[in-house]
Amino acid sequence: MRKKEMIAMLLAGGQGSRLGVLTAKVAKPAVAFGGKYRIIDFPLSNCINSGIDTVGVLTQYQPLRLNAHIGIGIPWDLDRNYGGVTVLPPYEKSESSEWYTGTANAIYQNMDYMEQFNPEYVLILSGDHIYKMDYEVMLDYHKANQADVTIAAMPVPMEEASRFGIVITDEDGRITEFQEKPPQPKSNLASMGIYIFSWPVLKEALQALKDEPGCDFGKHIIPYCHEKGERLFAYEYNGYWKDVGTLGSYWEANMELIDIIPEFNLYEEFWKIYTNSEILPPQYISAQSVIDRSIICNGAEIYGEVHNSVIGSGVIIGEGTVVRDSIIMKDVKTGRNCVIDKSIIAENCVIGDNVTFGIGSDVPNKLKPAIYSFGLVAVGEKSVIPDGVQVGKNTAISGVTSREDYPNGILESGETLIKAGERA
Amino acid sequence: MRAVGIILAGGNSNKMRALTQKRAAAAMPIAGSYRAIDFALSNMSNSHIQKVAVLTQYNARSLNEHLNSSKWWDFGRKQGGLYVFTPTITAENGYWYRGTADAIYQNLDFLKRCHEPYVIITSGDAVYKMDYNKVLEYHIEKKADITVVCKDLDPGEDASRFGTLRMDESMRIEEFEEKPMVANFNTISTGIYVIRRRLLIDLVEHCAEDDRHDFVTDILIRYKNLKKIYGYKIKDYWSNITTVDAYYRTNMDFLKPEVREYFFRQQPSIYSKVSDLPPAKYNPGSAVKNSLVASGSIINGTVENSILFKKTFVGNNCVIKNSIILNDVYLGDNTYIENCIVESRDTIRANTRYVGENGVKVVVEKNERYVL
Repeated sequence: MRKKEMIAMLLAGGQGSRLGVLTAKVAKPAVAFGGKYRIIDFPLSNCINSGIDTVGVLTQYQPLRLNAHIGIGIPWDLDRNYGGVTVLPPYEKSESSEWYTGTANAIYQNMDYMEQFNPEYVLILSGDHIYKMDYEVMLDYHKANQADVTIAAMPVPMEEASRFGIVITDEDGRITEFQEKPPQPKSNLASMGIYIFSWPVLKEALQALKDEPGCDFGKHIIPYCHEKGERLFAYEYNGYWKDVGTLGSYWEANMELIDIIPEFNLYEEFWKIYTNSEILPPQYISAQSVIDRSIICNGAEIYGEVHNSVIGSGVIIGEGTVVRDSIIMKDVKTGRNCVIDKSIIAENCVIGDNVTFGIGSDVPNKLKPAIYSFGLVAVGEKSVIPDGVQVGKNTAISGVTSREDYPNGILESGETLIKAGERA
Repeated sequence: MRAVGIILAGGNSNKMRALTQKRAAAAMPIAGSYRAIDFALSNMSNSHIQKVAVLTQYNARSLNEHLNSSKWWDFGRKQGGLYVFTPTITAENGYWYRGTADAIYQNLDFLKRCHEPYVIITSGDAVYKMDYNKVLEYHIEKKADITVVCKDLDPGEDASRFGTLRMDESMRIEEFEEKPMVANFNTISTGIYVIRRRLLIDLVEHCAEDDRHDFVTDILIRYKNLKKIYGYKIKDYWSNITTVDAYYRTNMDFLKPEVREYFFRQQPSIYSKVSDLPPAKYNPGSAVKNSLVASGSIINGTVENSILFKKTFVGNNCVIKNSIILNDVYLGDNTYIENCIVESRDTIRANTRYVGENGVKVVVEKNERYVL
């Protein structure tokens, strides 16, 4: 029987609701990042760069964009005769049918997929972090320790440790204790949600806990393995790793790409990040434009000013428009003489002339203060913004909006404007 | 589709000076992100031609690298596909391609095994968009033996580097001169032909019997009274890159909004091999005006009226004006470049100055790269 030493299972079914309007129509792993990439490109590229050529991608929430992006895996060299990338949505069964109710439940429902590769190890990944990691080195560590489960963990500042799942290890790296978001953390090693399981151990655990409602790796499988006395090890990772789960951290991670020597460097030949690139012409920078500290993608046309921003492919920045500290995703068109400050504008939006984003004071959002904060303006994909309106901070806009939706032409700080429809 | 495609990409032009030392003209980089052959290949693909042969000979390394997968042009098909033919020694033949007709003759098996009734022949070094089906319809309607796509040059343009021709009112070609000393007509052949496959096989076989090897002089010109050879006039953009000046001008044309609109925005698109490069990066100190910038570039200096191909690095205080910087060039700090074409993969040391005084200067430095 043919076999694969290690296969990867990539959990990409989550909504990522803390990204607000950005994930209203797409799953979080499909959200654009760094201009031309999508978040899922990072774990997928890590897989192929680590020599893993068999990846199951588990999808559930709004998978269309994700399916189209992954296709048969050509951009990541994951179009293989044996293995390659397979998109695994929930499916109907003869006995029962259910959605993926938790991370481990999703894996459990795809037992047959994993069985056909007869793997020795299974790597569990999530599709919502920005990092470069060699999973093969992690596997070597797993083997060297004769571990049953290896959990990637990274040191975080002690004062932030209470936001994470914390692992406590002995001097050999063997995990002795877990603490989930502890008020008094005993260590600062935070679990990154990346696991290597020896296949028999994973299989046994999944079967034993198959009736657990919402079966989850962090909450159920790992504690189960720990209690059973399996060998659990923490693999310490010290590179760049960014959770982009909130608008603030998403914005920050994008902004870090434009540093002169970014900590997360996309320009290195080694460990390339691959994505489904459209075949696009080069970008055109007009005679009137001013650009500094920005990254801009192919097919964009810049007629205005761009400072400290990430501009996606095919974006048009109109004459006289000034963009500052913003993320503008692909195929957005902005009109003339706009001022766009500290905004995240999702794909395919149209912005009229003389529009101003990011005015006024930092008033918390009235509807979802925890999501729309950081002083950002968030605009959902395919939205339309009419000419001449002004938009305050901590705001969210989605859908086709018209002048009447803006009292006196202004959307005050802290307001949310969700309308139906999308750009034709 | 009723036709197969042949792209003649074997040529080298000594008028390209140092630029084609490295590669065949068909592999010359165009407009930041493309190679010359992308235009012919994309036209073939967009015209739904399923089977295309590319005939290469002169320094094809770069071209072969570019064509190493046919999927970018959608030719990775079971029905049809992309075939690259270089000259090979066979039991009957030990020659290189001695001309365009000979190149086709040496690959006659390809043509004989096709079942499509027509053949579209084009060169690999022209920049244009065309639906070959329109030419084919015209060819059928005219009951032509051969149709030559031609174009009127603007007054003042030098036609002597082209094949020039004159047609009667019915568009039948009456006179045809190949690269005349003095051009008598300003209508030129674009090197795009439509011909019935059986006829092409016959003509090329006859040519070979007479030890003749060139498609233009030994077929088009010799047979012009015997066969019905018609012209199909185009008004759209067409440019070929057989001289340094033509190459420079063709690239610079892409700084014009109407040319960009035509090639970049209007459907169908031009395809090229995707090279997984990050977005272009503009660091503090960059000042870019009226320029095209391809992905993977990092800019720290001034760039005006220029085209930066993929992975250009522009150092601090550099000034680049009216220039073309080909793929993967590193420009050290304080470099001044005006009116130049800088060869790909070159490394220009800091404080270098190059200015094309009378016309465009081709810069080829073969420095080792220590940085990056």
